[in-house]
Amino acid sequence: MAGIIGRKLGMTQIFSDAGAAVPVTVIEAGPCPVTQIRNPETDGYGSLQLGFEALKENRAPKAAVGHAQKAGLDHAPRLLKEFRVESVDGYELGQELKVDQFQEGDKIRVTGTTKGRGFQGVVKRHGFRGRPASHGHPKKRNPGSIGPGTNPSRVIKGKKMPGQMGNVQQTVRNLRVERIDAERNLIYVRGAVPGSRDSLVFIRKM
Amino acid sequence: MDMLQEVSREQLRSDLPAFDPGDTLRVSVRVREGDKERLQAFEGVCIARKGGGISETFTVRKVSSGIGVERVFPMHSPSVESITVVRRGRVRRAKLYYLRALRGKAARIKEKTRG
Repeated sequence: MAGIIGRKLGMTQIFSDAGAAVPVTVIEAGPCPVTQIRNPETDGYGSLQLGFEALKENRAPKAAVGHAQKAGLDHAPRLLKEFRVESVDGYELGQELKVDQFQEGDKIRVTGTTKGRGFQGVVKRHGFRGRPASHGHPKKRNPGSIGPGTNPSRVIKGKKMPGQMGNVQQTVRNLRVERIDAERNLIYVRGAVPGSRDSLVFIRKM
Repeated sequence: MDMLQEVSREQLRSDLPAFDPGDTLRVSVRVREGDKERLQAFEGVCIARKGGGISETFTVRKVSSGIGVERVFPMHSPSVESITVVRRGRVRRAKLYYLRALRGKAARIKEKTRG
């Protein structure tokens, strides 16, 4: 059980057998060819390098094409990503990993890049409460004091301050696989997944 | 996005009758009690239809022994066994929330006579 690379299609809902509406994220994942195998004996760790989608021939660097050819692929993948595995036995170069390695009820972790929100203040970024809106307060959304004075005469490391929010890699754990559509390479995950529509996500088992 | 719409469209039901707010409906709901499954009817006035596509819901209101009861059903849920339109009502708005404040004779809805 390695993992798979996918593209987030968006959210919708499906109905369980009991008739309850279940919120799901639909991810189009794989098929991902194995482009390289890291062997514990020679590389010190075991992992599979998987490819996803294909680059146009005229856009692909020669080096990427050559690397893909070693795995017997016609086109260079758009993305390469290593997934750790305990044992590389049973995997071979060029083998395609599909969504069928998961099944309904599996717990998975999904990694994606969150939507970028730009430079944000502390209220949006850290959930600070801000100040009262009325009764003569001069400022509404500033952080207030950021620490004691002369002693220690510095700001403690890690103090929550304004700054870039979002556009960072994030992993959501313990998501449940609600449905697998092997024909169309779709995987239905309960709940939300980081990133915007059409963004790339990595799916691994817990 | 196209694929996403396609996926949810497949789950839409086509076996339900067309109805509008103001209509009196009888909704048969699958109820699971332990291992057994039975049908339960809920009859009342549809006072709202909300949302679209797979997430569409409708609200049915009835007055049961003097107490107003409203149930919101997901339109395309398999737990909705069937919907029967008992009576077509003539109303002039899409959301009949004003019925909540009315009772008795005032809460009646005229029957639609044509179309």
